[in-house]
Amino acid sequence: MCGSAHWRFARSSTSRPLSCDRDVRTFPDIQVGIHHTARTISVARVSSINRVTIYSMADIRNFSIIAHIDHGKSTLADRLIQHAGLVADRDFREQILDSMDIERERGITIKSQTCTLPYRGPDGHDYVLNLIDTPGHVDFSYEVSRALASCEGVLLLVDAAQGVQAQTLANLYAAMEHDLAIIPVINKIDLAAADIAGTKEEMRVELGIDPSEAILCSAKEGVGIDAIREAIVGRVPPPRGEPSKPLRALIFDASYDAYRGTVVSIRVIDGAVRPGDTIMTMSNGRTFKVEEVGIFQLRRVKRPALSAGEVGYLIANIKTVSDTRIGDTITHDECPASTALHGFKVAKPVVFSSIYPVSSDDYRPLVDAMEKYALNDASLIFEKDSSAALGQGFRCGFLGLLHLEIVQERLEREFDQSIIMTVPSVEYHFTLKDGTALVVDNPAHFPDPMDVATTHEPYIHATILMPERYLGVVMKLCLERRAEGTSFHYPTPGRIELACDMPLAEVLFDFYDRLKSVTQGYGSFDYDLTDYRPGRVVKVDILVNGERVDALSLIVHESQARERALHACERLAEEIPRHQFRIAIQGAIGGKIIARSTIKPFRKDVTAKCYGGDVTRKRKLLEKQKRGKLRMKMVGDVVIPQSAFVSVLKTKEE
Amino acid sequence: MKAREVPPDAGLYVHVPFCRTKCAYCGFCSQTDLSPIDAYAESLAVEARLRAGQTFTTLYVGGGTPTVLPPELLARLLRGPDTPWPLTKDAEVTVEANPDDITTPLLETLRKNGANRLSIGVQSFRDDELRFLGRRHTASQARAAIHLAKDAGFTNIGIDLMYGFRGQRRERWRTTLDEALRWRPAHLSCYQLTIEPNTPLSRRPPSLIRSPEAKEYDFFLFTSRLLTDHGYEHYEVSNFALPGFRARHNALYWHHAPYCGLGPAAHSFDGRTRSWNVRSVEEYVARLSRNAVPMEESETLTDEQLALERVMLGMRTARGVPLSALTRYAGWEVTLERLQAGGFLVCGQDRVTVTLAGLAIADRLPLEFLP
Ligand SMILES: Nc1nc2c(ncn2[C@@H]2O[C@H](COP(=O)(O)OP(=O)(O)OP(=O)(O)O)[C@@H](O)[C@H]2O)c(=O)[nH]1
Ligand code: SF4
Ligand SMILES: [Mg+2]
Repeated sequence: MCGSAHWRFARSSTSRPLSCDRDVRTFPDIQVGIHHTARTISVARVSSINRVTIYSMADIRNFSIIAHIDHGKSTLADRLIQHAGLVADRDFREQILDSMDIERERGITIKSQTCTLPYRGPDGHDYVLNLIDTPGHVDFSYEVSRALASCEGVLLLVDAAQGVQAQTLANLYAAMEHDLAIIPVINKIDLAAADIAGTKEEMRVELGIDPSEAILCSAKEGVGIDAIREAIVGRVPPPRGEPSKPLRALIFDASYDAYRGTVVSIRVIDGAVRPGDTIMTMSNGRTFKVEEVGIFQLRRVKRPALSAGEVGYLIANIKTVSDTRIGDTITHDECPASTALHGFKVAKPVVFSSIYPVSSDDYRPLVDAMEKYALNDASLIFEKDSSAALGQGFRCGFLGLLHLEIVQERLEREFDQSIIMTVPSVEYHFTLKDGTALVVDNPAHFPDPMDVATTHEPYIHATILMPERYLGVVMKLCLERRAEGTSFHYPTPGRIELACDMPLAEVLFDFYDRLKSVTQGYGSFDYDLTDYRPGRVVKVDILVNGERVDALSLIVHESQARERALHACERLAEEIPRHQFRIAIQGAIGGKIIARSTIKPFRKDVTAKCYGGDVTRKRKLLEKQKRGKLRMKMVGDVVIPQSAFVSVLKTKEE
Repeated sequence: MKAREVPPDAGLYVHVPFCRTKCAYCGFCSQTDLSPIDAYAESLAVEARLRAGQTFTTLYVGGGTPTVLPPELLARLLRGPDTPWPLTKDAEVTVEANPDDITTPLLETLRKNGANRLSIGVQSFRDDELRFLGRRHTASQARAAIHLAKDAGFTNIGIDLMYGFRGQRRERWRTTLDEALRWRPAHLSCYQLTIEPNTPLSRRPPSLIRSPEAKEYDFFLFTSRLLTDHGYEHYEVSNFALPGFRARHNALYWHHAPYCGLGPAAHSFDGRTRSWNVRSVEEYVARLSRNAVPMEESETLTDEQLALERVMLGMRTARGVPLSALTRYAGWEVTLERLQAGGFLVCGQDRVTVTLAGLAIADRLPLEFLP
């Protein structure tokens, strides 16, 4: 299943075969021993208050804040930032590190953010704390894994009301694999529903953490912040590395700035880098002139140099994703390091979908946008694709459905692209009768059923954690989703963990939302890809007024073909606006129609009154509808809105 | 002496922003606090002075409820506050009147001061529906009002009706229509009930207020057929007239002709620029007390926007739009052919007219042509 012939990752210019083991590689170069002694180097530091101080590697602490989604990471980061005096009260806003519009609207962190905090310890000693706030949602776990590679410790937050959740565990394991110091923090103790004793017990049982080490905190009310800062200084070891050795810096993130080009986030392991240096990216031997280095303090703050142990940014004339990649090692061109650092495993996409411009004329701008976007989001993987209905576009791999949604939204908002995304799919493995192996993640490449000898589909091992009372409904849901080998386990009284194997394709079919709704939000879900198992799948085509729309085709399990096809037809009937004529939507396997729905024509669509005072308003509405039309695709006489293309996998809102 | 000039059609609108009580569906600019009426009347005089200049072929006094004004104010407003309004000799002068205000002396005042057309807000001849709408009058008051108006010599009477209430059946609607037809008014406006935002009706679920769309369409066709059978011309989405009695003032809006609106919230259009006054009576009065124009905002339309408005407005009328208005949109032939095949438009020599099915979806038609 590795390095499939069909799927080639656009970013793996190194042609490194795709590894499928999911464990994140450890990072021996920054493993930190307790008896480590850092050599003192002197660097001028311009703090936020424009004070120039001298500090040594021994005074640096690099840490990430990790937790399950919504457990309060960004809010804790706020408090740390405020206590460091980095932001004036009037400029402060909640979750200040969540700087993207989309993060603020959704109230979640999508991209890790770094911030350098000055800190004077109780003994009067000055430290530099490099904080990395990470996302909690499983779809962005690639962000977490890269942040961890730049740290020596983590704050592991647990919501006192929710207790240990799936990503608490997953992120803890990731931190342990990196051998990081772990500071457990129980957050939200101000909540009436906070159960500190229960949370401690869960930490002990489920995480294997000594609960006496946990710091009690209310990020919202600023309780426990001093204790946390003292713990960071006391329990997280300073970075280890050799300031005098040849430069080695790890690129762990990048972002695109319209004025400055690519801004890469680096963690310097050995040596130092300064503006004017000629650097080389070790994966491809390309050289760049460094224009600027500095640290992040809510904005970029220039610095004369970044040295061993430090986290910051670097601007060189790096233009596109082909110039560098995240995980690459930067060294000096003149005196290069002999070995590169371990990079990151390429993100392993599990959901695939194609992106097309709404108007085929916009393909070139989309290419540009994708290249820039890819710099911003290391977990997106893409290659060229084309469709009869939609023209030229890209086949993309995502880490999950939320990731897919975010990519779509960011391409539209930040890169001003008007795009259509096709029905998401997983990767299927076929063996043809002539012995050829075929990997297909795109219904367009579905083989002729007559030629197929065997079919395998990806399976996951799912664990669902929920209050006991939901067991019945969740079991039912899982069985509907072809779950196998179900087992239970009671981590704490009243809570139950259901484990089972399930085809990944079933997760795409709106599993999260269904689970959330049947457990009234109390169920949490986590999964690991396990293996490929035999499964008979068929391709369902969708015909709109008799015309096959290739971008709407879906691959489904034979036993569910009729039901899913009907569902797709019904959803499309809801999404496609009514026209003046009747529209037939049909689902077909081969030439055989297995499901249909119709969209009734509208008959009445006119406001009763239109007098002098109504004209402007009505015209503005028309102008708005006209813009909306740009987001629709004409297929024959039928206008299909963008949203219809992914809707076929969504269950109805209740 | 100069040769007699034929002035281009242009309308004058005067907005009276007062009502005794607010109807449940009302989204118009009107208030129930009647205390600033005098200040309003003074301000209107100032605005008329500030914006004098043009000759008008129609005058329309609307609201709100113009008939809440004391007779002498209403008279002044009809004649023109300081000097007579610059109206052409054959100008259409309409006043909106509420049945509960209509008395013989009032009608005399109106006639004496030049009103030659009356638009009566009957809405329904059924008391339960009138109550649902929060109207102030009863069905019998409506009947009496029409009777008085006819007696007073008004020949050009328009009656406003509403339909499409939830649960309303065709027979019920028909009783109202039949009764209206018995009076044989020159003009009938039949409005589908619309839920305006921020009105008492909007706070209830729409399904409890309006009939479903399929029924709306049915009512729309039914109304049109019944009234055209009785000799009315269905010349705009909601408007019907006996030959020769189309509402000249309102038609100006649909024909994209210029109009000047005085009073709070009134809109004006000079053929290129549209502007509108502040909505609040207080602000209106305050501005004019400083001799400042009470304009809230204005917009100057691009050629593209002018063209779009012409299509948008034209598609609401049976006479449609000149073919040349559509040819500017890429792919118009295909669209036109499709809409003609669907039975929505009819393409003649140089005009595209709108069928009944087309009027029913008039809001969609321009959108179909937009690329
Ligand atoms: N009562 C209370 N609420 C808190 C506390 N800390 C965070 N919250 C609230 O919890 C919600 C989530 O907080 P965030 O800081 O965005 O959580 P996060 O962990 O960064 O979330 P992701 O980045 O999306 O994983 C917000 O509504 C916060 O106001 C706390 O100590 N007490
Ligand atoms: S009379 Fe007319 S303007 Fe006054 S409240 Fe009723 S609907 Fe509104
Ligand atoms: Mg966050």
